[in-house]
Amino acid sequence: MVEALTIVLAMGVTRGWRSALTGAVVAVLALAVIVGVLGPALTVIPIEVLRLVVGALLLVFGLQWLRKAILRASGWRALRDEDSVFARERAAAEGAAREQHIGLDWYGFTVAFKGVLLEGLEVAFIVLTFGSTQGSIPLAIAGAAAAVVVVVIAGIAVRGPLSRVPENTLAFAVGIMLTTFGTFWGAEGAGVDWPGDDAFLPVVLAFVIAISLAYVAALRRRKVAFA
Amino acid sequence: MRRFGHFWWDFVVGDDWRVAVGIVVAIGLTALLAATSAPAWWVLPLAVAAVLWLSLRRVAG
Repeated sequence: MVEALTIVLAMGVTRGWRSALTGAVVAVLALAVIVGVLGPALTVIPIEVLRLVVGALLLVFGLQWLRKAILRASGWRALRDEDSVFARERAAAEGAAREQHIGLDWYGFTVAFKGVLLEGLEVAFIVLTFGSTQGSIPLAIAGAAAAVVVVVIAGIAVRGPLSRVPENTLAFAVGIMLTTFGTFWGAEGAGVDWPGDDAFLPVVLAFVIAISLAYVAALRRRKVAFA
Repeated sequence: MRRFGHFWWDFVVGDDWRVAVGIVVAIGLTALLAATSAPAWWVLPLAVAAVLWLSLRRVAG
């Protein structure tokens, strides 16, 4: 969401707020349609099948996040710099040709639309998977909407890219949560009975945190050894 | 259609397809073990730890 805000801000500043905000709002509406159509469809699938499929998808998706966060935390991959992303998007927008469609600057509209849609798909995926397996998609939507409101308010307050947000720490936390729930639901869907049922979830969480921190420490040592 | 498929593959699987294959195999093994009377809960957490480490090692030499 922070990335999407950076793109919308860059388009708003350089190409005009009307086109950038229209692109962002249309993307949010498209995401709402995706969640609105897929959400009810998922509730008709048996819960065991849903947990198996959703658990596997969540686990693969979560490991992607966790892997990137570990590589960034250990210095093997560059940290995302919102200030430089903002500057890059701004320079590209200033150099792009002006083309008007339905009264909007087409470059500003399409870049803002694509940015919000692509970044928002990750949120929609998490909302659908968590909401469907826990039987409360509206609650998951409310949680995601609250996060969007916080990011937008922060963006309005600083009127610039959210460069002080500890983005990799947030990505690390999200990767750990997705991997934990993916492991738990994926195993349940495969027929596993966890010792103590749901009470075992914090144990899986602690395990994922422990291995992640251990991997960061190990890769940092390797980085030093290679230097 | 090809670009659509490529987008979703990249979105879910990302830049290391071996992670996805490892997880699918691990869930399959879990299901096989769970079908017997042996405890199977430990398989997936250990597989996650192994798959993640192997994927990280591929990047960090």
